[in-house]
Amino acid sequence: MSAAKIHLTRETVRAHLHAMMRIRMFEDRCAELYTQEKIRGFLHLYDGEEAIAAGIIPQLTATDRIVATYREHGHALVRGVPMRSVMAEMFGKATGCSGGRGGSMHLFDAARNVYGGNAIVGGGLPLAGGLGLADRVQGSGAVTACFFGEGAVAEGEFHETMNLAQLWRVPVLFVCENNGYAMGTALTRSEAQTDIHTRAAGYGIPSEVVDGMDVVAVEAGTRRALAAIREDPHPYFLECRTYRFRAHSMFDAQLYRDKAEVEAWRQKGPILRFRNWALSAGLLHEADIAAIETEIEAEIADAVAFAESSEWEPVADLLHHVTAEARPAPPPPAEPTGATATARP
Amino acid sequence: MNQALREALQRDERIFLMGEDVGAYGGCYAVSKGLMAEFGEDRIRDTPLSESGFTGFGIGAAAGGLRPIVELMTVNFSLLALDQIMNTAATIRHMSGGQFGVPLVIRMATGAGKQLAAQHSHSLEGWYAHIPGLRILAPATLEDARGMLWTALQEPDPVLIFENVMLYNRSGPLDTGAGAVDIDRAAIRRPGRDLTLLTYGGSLFKTLEAAEALSTEGIEAEVIDLRVLRPLDEATIMASVGRTRRAVVVDEGWRAGSLSAEIAARIGEQVFWRMDAPVGRVCTAEVPIPYPRHLEDAAIPQVPRILEAARATLGKG
Repeated sequence: MSAAKIHLTRETVRAHLHAMMRIRMFEDRCAELYTQEKIRGFLHLYDGEEAIAAGIIPQLTATDRIVATYREHGHALVRGVPMRSVMAEMFGKATGCSGGRGGSMHLFDAARNVYGGNAIVGGGLPLAGGLGLADRVQGSGAVTACFFGEGAVAEGEFHETMNLAQLWRVPVLFVCENNGYAMGTALTRSEAQTDIHTRAAGYGIPSEVVDGMDVVAVEAGTRRALAAIREDPHPYFLECRTYRFRAHSMFDAQLYRDKAEVEAWRQKGPILRFRNWALSAGLLHEADIAAIETEIEAEIADAVAFAESSEWEPVADLLHHVTAEARPAPPPPAEPTGATATARP
Repeated sequence: MNQALREALQRDERIFLMGEDVGAYGGCYAVSKGLMAEFGEDRIRDTPLSESGFTGFGIGAAAGGLRPIVELMTVNFSLLALDQIMNTAATIRHMSGGQFGVPLVIRMATGAGKQLAAQHSHSLEGWYAHIPGLRILAPATLEDARGMLWTALQEPDPVLIFENVMLYNRSGPLDTGAGAVDIDRAAIRRPGRDLTLLTYGGSLFKTLEAAEALSTEGIEAEVIDLRVLRPLDEATIMASVGRTRRAVVVDEGWRAGSLSAEIAARIGEQVFWRMDAPVGRVCTAEVPIPYPRHLEDAAIPQVPRILEAARATLGKG
């Protein structure tokens, strides 16, 4: 593995593998539940990209913020949103982390500063920039990590955000999860400049590429980025090159790529590689991995049981959460003074 | 508006103004003139021409604890920010199950009358009034232009304020004690017994003029200034129309699929059996706003058309 500067103990290796396997096994179960029609709507799996969330999010502090996309189950889980409430949200139950209103694409958690789950490609970037602006103005010291795919780079909102972020020096870590395909359109078929990180560099933003299939490389890049941002608030761009092993969503027949290409990437998969390396380095043993699996299986079984047994939100509550429950009282009418001055709107 | 902005900035340091040319230039309609010198560049924040980007930054800043006022130069430009307004500002509270709100005020100019042709003159506030999660305001008087901003800044959810361009030219006496006003209720600007004229924004003064002309014919029209286009103050509207039994809606938006259609439908749903005549409508002609003065004037509601519609509901057309 790369980035020897990071000191890998048995505990940290186990934690990385656990985080990635937890996402993978959770989503494998979600795919099954989708075929059983327990989970409906769209379901976008992170299969193959787990090293990014697992490498970045544990480096954030509790006051840092996260803005993610519709492919965000992994981000929510690594951030510590309880698996029970994530699974309940997938089911649409009232106990879900968004009260059931969002589903797979809109996982939110105010207590953990998770600002969704944005399903408009590029739409989360200005939001993240604004959160960063608030942190800069208020001197909070917090950093916003904003995740998006390489498809977002074609959107105007990407470019508007890059320009504003650097102009106003907002403390945002922009993480491009470049899996090579915007749904079914390969990067080379949609972008004139396929070296994504140069786009951000064009706006003067410090920018680098890391191997998004290598959790240690992602962690190392993140540490560099966060240290720079915390020293002097500014945006930072991390392009993580990765691959999506499964279809874009459950409706995707994958006509746009070869099975051989997928298989070749699978051999470079973040979990497979990291597990084999940890075993060969003697940091983990087969028994440790079996124990991790057993632990995660039990957590998933508990989460599914929780989601199954949770209540649906009553239809009587349909109109909740459109506007705030409590509004300030209207101001008292001003007492006329009798005196007037000429005014213009 | 300038005084309202100044006071807001003085009262709450979380408040800041952002938009194109709000700072060094002083605002496209001179609304923020002098404010950058007074409050600094961080609180009077000039933006690049990136409506979607800076509106989204305003949304994020609001969610992050600040109280931004985003100025979009005109409603036509706001379409470039529609994704952020609709897909984020108006929906994030709902998608998050009530966990996150966006206490953001967005101001923009709307309406025709300055010969600015078909990309600077439309009245699209009715579109925005279609969207759950937003509060839509349309000040028509000096008191409201002055007083709605502060109240809007106290709201936990996004508020859009549409300022008709023709009202920027009006000046008049304003009580020195004028302050915050409610943003819930419609206002009866002229009481009357024979019919109700419902309008807002740039059409209010034309409608009042029409009401005075009708008065000379012995017709006493009640004039309601809607003020709040979403949520509509149905209680005030229905009480008036139920009493006068006749209504005409004057709306500078186009007729098809419009706010005037919504109001007419609700009158039909709620007080149909008390009505003595079908609801009349005076809207903008189904044409992009033309440049020449005579065609622009012909396109949007004017006093003679309001008079015709009012007389028609009374069977005097």
